[in-house]
Amino acid sequence: MKKLATLFVLFVALASFKHGDHGYHIGNEAADFKLKNIDGKMVSLADMKDAKGYIVVFTCNHCPFSKKYEDRIIALDKKYKKQGYPVVAINSNDPVVSPEDSYDKMIERAKQKKFSFPYLYDESQTIAKTYGATRTPHVFVLQKNGSVNNVKYIGAIDDNSDDAKAVTAKYVEQAVDALVAGKEVATTTTKAIGCTIKWKAAQ
Amino acid sequence: MIRLGLLLLASALLLPGKKVNVVSLEQLQATAIKPNNDSLYIVNFWATWCKPCVGEMPYFEEANTKFGAQKAKVVFVSLNSAKEEASVEKFIAAKNIQSEVLLLNAGNPNVWIDKIEPEWSGSIPATIMYKRGKKVFFHEGELKQAELDSIIKTKTN
Repeated sequence: MKKLATLFVLFVALASFKHGDHGYHIGNEAADFKLKNIDGKMVSLADMKDAKGYIVVFTCNHCPFSKKYEDRIIALDKKYKKQGYPVVAINSNDPVVSPEDSYDKMIERAKQKKFSFPYLYDESQTIAKTYGATRTPHVFVLQKNGSVNNVKYIGAIDDNSDDAKAVTAKYVEQAVDALVAGKEVATTTTKAIGCTIKWKAAQ
Repeated sequence: MIRLGLLLLASALLLPGKKVNVVSLEQLQATAIKPNNDSLYIVNFWATWCKPCVGEMPYFEEANTKFGAQKAKVVFVSLNSAKEEASVEKFIAAKNIQSEVLLLNAGNPNVWIDKIEPEWSGSIPATIMYKRGKKVFFHEGELKQAELDSIIKTKTN
């Protein structure tokens, strides 16, 4: 059993190495994880048995872009959890570099804003690196296919961070709507300005 | 009266000598990317709210004078919202930034980021250097002063 576990760790390490710094591309199998939620419990994608997929959002407390998108992230969960695509928010920032993004502050923020979704702490930053998240917010829409999750969309929530009312293209909604309808996602990758993920200083 | 004069003098000293120009993508390309001279154009994308950006700004400021205007020219491109022009100007004045500062107002980032640099995911800071309109360096993330200086030295020689 121990051997198997070691093999598994090695496999995961190799798999993430293969993607290098660039992370996932559309169609890749996304790794599941076990990260600590704001309620202290560990959360994995596989725990959400009813999900047909996931809206994984790398975000944080401090970043002005994350703040601008906070209500829109809450709205995404409200709209899509019942359609089988819940939001899973992950904070990967190093609290030494960005104290506002500590685990305690995450709990505070989630309570203030009454997050209806898990807000997970990627303390080792492994998941951000594996996925290839570079900024906040950075979204990965996954579709569940049996026991694996495939990446179907990577990028921005929409095309206007400044003004939710002036948005002309809701990229994540378009992607999830397509998946729910059993169609292919038309716009699979988009870019946006955002804060860098605050990586730990090299040891 | 004297008081008023002093007040005016004080505010003249405090007010920025430089304005922040709000530019379109085409204007940015014309001023910072495609000028037809031998200067190395060091274009740094930043925003007032971005801590690592603000942290590395002094290195660029120093480089802008250290290497001489003929050789290297720093252009700070703010990605603050155009609505925040006044606060960008205030920031520039407070930090006494002497390099050129532009505020990019280019609409949908998903369209313009790729036109600037396909390798760039959109996180800031990001620094791109151009010589005669050709990209000679790109980096997404912060730069240390020694790194920046040595890159400039290599690219200007």
